[in-house]
Amino acid sequence: MPTTGAELGGPSEIRLTILQDHPRWLELAYAATLVGLRPFHRWLRRGGAVERIFIAGERASKGLLFDCRMCGQCVLHQTGMTCPMTCPKELRNGPCGGVRLDGTCEVIAGMPCPWVLAWERSGRMPTHGSEIERILPPVDRRLIGTSAWINDLTEVEVGAKAGWPRSLP
Amino acid sequence: MASQSSVMNPTEARGNTRRSGRSRLERVLRSGRFAVTAELNPPDSADPQAVYDRALVLASVCDAINATDASGANVHMSSVGVCALLTRAGYEPVMQVSCRDRNRIAIQGDLLGAAAMGVRNVLCLTGDGVQAGDQAEAKPVFDLDSITLLRTARLLRDDARFLSGRPLEVAPAFFLGAAENPFAPPFEERARRLAKKIEAGAEFFQTQFCFDLPRMEAFMRRARDLGLHEKAAILVGVGPLRSAHAAEWMRSHIPGVAIPETVIDRLRRAGAEGEREEGKRICIEVIQQVRQIEGVRGVHVMAYRQEELVAEIIEAAGLLPRRVANGAGIPSGVEA
Repeated sequence: MPTTGAELGGPSEIRLTILQDHPRWLELAYAATLVGLRPFHRWLRRGGAVERIFIAGERASKGLLFDCRMCGQCVLHQTGMTCPMTCPKELRNGPCGGVRLDGTCEVIAGMPCPWVLAWERSGRMPTHGSEIERILPPVDRRLIGTSAWINDLTEVEVGAKAGWPRSLP
Repeated sequence: MASQSSVMNPTEARGNTRRSGRSRLERVLRSGRFAVTAELNPPDSADPQAVYDRALVLASVCDAINATDASGANVHMSSVGVCALLTRAGYEPVMQVSCRDRNRIAIQGDLLGAAAMGVRNVLCLTGDGVQAGDQAEAKPVFDLDSITLLRTARLLRDDARFLSGRPLEVAPAFFLGAAENPFAPPFEERARRLAKKIEAGAEFFQTQFCFDLPRMEAFMRRARDLGLHEKAAILVGVGPLRSAHAAEWMRSHIPGVAIPETVIDRLRRAGAEGEREEGKRICIEVIQQVRQIEGVRGVHVMAYRQEELVAEIIEAAGLLPRRVANGAGIPSGVEA
């Protein structure tokens, strides 16, 4: 069920959904980001000026592109380039059973269900598309507001270790 | 109380493991019999008798009784409380656990407490949003979701550990269930989601209300294609509609309930006197039809505020007698 910008309203949202509806490009951008950041690995640390810059950068870029909520443990490539934190229930493994027949959210009337979009978009992602079938761990609430890129590249331990051995690529 | 504690000695409690103590529901499903579960509407009352009155109506016609957890985000007696009462009287409950109202710390504690009270069947749910209930101003928790909850319950059972890794002295013996809604988008992906829940630990499923047979058949076809009907027991949710008006209300107010216009038309045509009977008839027909679908292993009857109809429906659908009476005084270890 591809959404059109018209369903969502505002002109800025039209631009965003167009990009998100071509998740293949976002996959490439994700890969490029990881490669691009790797040389700077030794400067990447939590809780410093560098992280503050990263947080500002992520808030601006991912905020604009994905309506990012800064959970600090980004899983976009595993959720069809659709931010699961925009789900009012913040499901990491959605959708719930309450999705309305027109594909909109049970909680926020008129909002397209992010998880319906996630499954649909993941079908158009050649590299990471099948990862939507992976069971994602619950959110580590301590990481909210921190830099997901730094957390990812420095392999910060995410909580609930017993149930979910760290396996994020 | 001293004599009681010597009866319930620790060795006996430890015997509460998976191999020696399967739940009655699990045994029914493993034997290949068509299972029947029914939902108990928890009372708005502090009186245990209210629970027992309702359980009595359901017990003789079903294999297990579901205790709902503030379904529709409306507060009632808690599922842990209802289950404690039910196990005390020898009934077989399915404890519903929703992620809406409690975080992972509270849920893990409740799972252990419930297991200690004799609860074997647990249904892991995400839960309706708070907006659906009469206290929409409440804080929605959703620390876990249904799938992470399943894996958490399985971790307690199989690894005898909490999410933190801290070990348990005695692991709970759970038969783990989940819900699925074949009648909500994305229809094509619902079976893949079923697979995800099985991977997380689900051994049985109870679906949302089924009024749309073609949709159910398509869902089961995809589930069979993925071999899922052999990995978990799928029980189809059914229930009588009281009236055309009630059906329309449910459709617009209860998240995830889809009722086709043709069903509502049938109720309308039956008129004010006949619609309750017609609702019952539709439910019986649905049971008989889903029974024919390959891979459907049972039904889950949800008769909101019409518990008295459940026995009539199950009898009329040809599902009696239940082999093991689910009732007070019957030791839970008795096999059929």
